[in-house]
Amino acid sequence: VLHSRPLHTTQQCLAPLPPLPEKGGQVRHGLIPEEFFQFLYPKTGVTGPYMLGTGLLLYLLSKEIYVVNHETVAAVCILSVIIYGIKKYGADVAAFADRLNEEKIAKVSTVKNEAIKDLETAIEQEKKEQWRVEGRSYLFDAKRNNIAMLLEANYRERLLMVYNEVKKRLDYQVAMQNLKRQKEQDHMIQWVEKNVVQSITPQQQKESIAKCILDLKALSKSAQAAV
Amino acid sequence: GPLSERRLMDVRLGELPAWLATRDISLQGLLEGVQKAWSSYHDKYINVRRGGPAGISMLLAGYCLLSYGWNYQHISKISFLLSL
Repeated sequence: VLHSRPLHTTQQCLAPLPPLPEKGGQVRHGLIPEEFFQFLYPKTGVTGPYMLGTGLLLYLLSKEIYVVNHETVAAVCILSVIIYGIKKYGADVAAFADRLNEEKIAKVSTVKNEAIKDLETAIEQEKKEQWRVEGRSYLFDAKRNNIAMLLEANYRERLLMVYNEVKKRLDYQVAMQNLKRQKEQDHMIQWVEKNVVQSITPQQQKESIAKCILDLKALSKSAQAAV
Repeated sequence: GPLSERRLMDVRLGELPAWLATRDISLQGLLEGVQKAWSSYHDKYINVRRGGPAGISMLLAGYCLLSYGWNYQHISKISFLLSL
């Protein structure tokens, strides 16, 4: 594994790593870094490096430091094919690689966003619970009221029951007394009547009947006279 | 700053031997220097979001030059050139 950016050089920093730079160092013609051209610019202007390159090439060829052999031809063919391929399909390959990267980043960031959303909803619910805690006193007041009402209702129910029971017992006593008096009255009346009827002897009965008949006759006479 | 703490690109030509003297020439120092150069090259040209052909093409060109230099003695012999 190639050694990437040096990690753990400074204090252990738990913040996220700095993101990768957007573009690499500038390179001209794919081979020579831009710093070379900037290095030569103050002394030789814009064409300096190219003149240097041409002079160097001609020197190498003429002094046979670079020998032209079969590998030169092979290198020319290979380089031309490579450059043609890069020029034609470079942009497409770059777009494809960028798309792969984007997908990876999108997947990870969806996970991150979902985690953040879940935590935010958890925070809101927590706040709501804290708000609910404030209403605890109202809740307890209502409960206390309920309990007081229950006790009151129970007390009154029992009071009513006591009242009813006592009334029933007193009514019973009153009914008993009434019944006794009634019975005494009836008995007395019966006894008096029985005694009176017994006391009327047959002799007295005949006399009273005769007297009644005489009275009736007299009354009928007086009535006839009045008419 | 002082000579020993400057990087190679900031050293003037006349100070080059003195600068070389201050460098850590032991084996470990050399390996560390090579490692640092390798990783700084990577950070500049390869570990970027939108790189291009520049990153590896420079490495391949360097490899080509190096192998040409290694084989120059063999290539320049007349027997090799006549055998093509």
